[in-house]
Amino acid sequence: MTQRGIDPPTTASPQPRLLRALTLLTALGFAGTLVLGLFVAGTDIQQGQVQRIFYIHMPSFFGAFTAFGATVLGGLLYLWRGNADWDRIAQAGVEVGLAFALINLLTGAIWARPIWNTWWTWDPRLTSAAVMCLTYAAYLMLRAGIENRQRRRSLMSVYGIFAFVSVLLTLFIIRIVPDTIHPVIIGASPQNAQGTFEATSGVVLALLPSLILWLTLMPITLMWHRYRLALRQEAVDALKLELLGG
Amino acid sequence: MKTPFISAVRAIVSKDLRAEWRSRELVSAMSLFALLSVLVFSFALELDKSAREEAISGVLWVSLIFASLLGFNRSLSLEHDQGSLDALLLAPVSRAAIFVGKLLGNCLFTLLVALVLLPLMTALYGVYLLDSWALLTTVVGIFGFSAIGTLLATLVVQTRSREALLPIALLPVCLPFLLTAVRATKGIIGGAPQSEWQVWLQLLAAITVIYLVLCLLLYRFVLEE
Repeated sequence: MTQRGIDPPTTASPQPRLLRALTLLTALGFAGTLVLGLFVAGTDIQQGQVQRIFYIHMPSFFGAFTAFGATVLGGLLYLWRGNADWDRIAQAGVEVGLAFALINLLTGAIWARPIWNTWWTWDPRLTSAAVMCLTYAAYLMLRAGIENRQRRRSLMSVYGIFAFVSVLLTLFIIRIVPDTIHPVIIGASPQNAQGTFEATSGVVLALLPSLILWLTLMPITLMWHRYRLALRQEAVDALKLELLGG
Repeated sequence: MKTPFISAVRAIVSKDLRAEWRSRELVSAMSLFALLSVLVFSFALELDKSAREEAISGVLWVSLIFASLLGFNRSLSLEHDQGSLDALLLAPVSRAAIFVGKLLGNCLFTLLVALVLLPLMTALYGVYLLDSWALLTTVVGIFGFSAIGTLLATLVVQTRSREALLPIALLPVCLPFLLTAVRATKGIIGGAPQSEWQVWLQLLAAITVIYLVLCLLLYRFVLEE
């Protein structure tokens, strides 16, 4: 609380040193995994160069998983504790996760064009991944439609928890609906999977660092920045309100 | 002192039923809409004999969900506009009782629509939808998505564009119901062996229980303070 009764800080605090370090580490890590995926890992015998997109495609989904998971956690903690910070984290999770999920869809489409000979097919997993994006787009629309700040926080916490169903559905759908052509890397691929490849040591060498980066550093750093942005937005809104109110 | 759970639920359900009995607006509108959507589907998909078997359970469930959207929206916006939700919140009843009461009302209305739709589709398309397993699937499925529908309708009624947002919020979240219910119904009316579709019905029941528990736990946060 400041003297004016505005809860977010009105002056921007400088970036914490840890955040700067994280940003640098994430950027370096991303460059490093790109080098590993583009140059160090061998070219796939059957698929050629396009297989390299996989080093972004699968990790980006798991990045989205972390971010959307943070939304669930933030939502639960907000409902339990009522601290607005948890809701800001939940919102950051949705936006970062949605961006990652779109990267996931886009890279998948680019890969599918030469391998499946189509940009898109109504495969169960592709469909559920698209539904996942739409669910979180709905989250953002709903959020924009609620004016009362207090109400918005608790309502969106609840929706963020339910929205995670679409993430779980995407993860498990090829276990439930076996008629998919999407390859499975962990475990045996379904019989009719098209364009699967062996997870040889070269693939794992490039995949593992990328997976760890997208699972942890990437979403955490971006969400932290988004969280700080939310604080500033609220400060601006509060200032506006104060000026208009005279 | 709090009103006992059961009598609070009963009071809310009987209020909704009485209001509906006097106006007879909602169920007739929902049924008509469901029928129209079945007709529109059969024109749009050109449901001939061979296409029918594949598509019929999908058409049934999508029509039911669309019709139920009308019901959810209306049931909660009436409460909201006429201030009866505030009155309910002031009354000494538990939040869970309010949820269960509204849920049962909504569920009952959609079941009535299904009661119209199932015999009619049986007659129109020559598939037997009145099998006891198909009826069980219908009841479980409707109960399941009515739970999440009631919760989301309560949420959406507090937003700016209201009615427009319910389909956007509800459809992606109720996809697990659609997926399992369509597969189960398809297996049952297609005469597949029980071992083949049983797993879908079990999944549907499991999802319904999970959603119901989540809704019961989270509903009090969705209600206005």
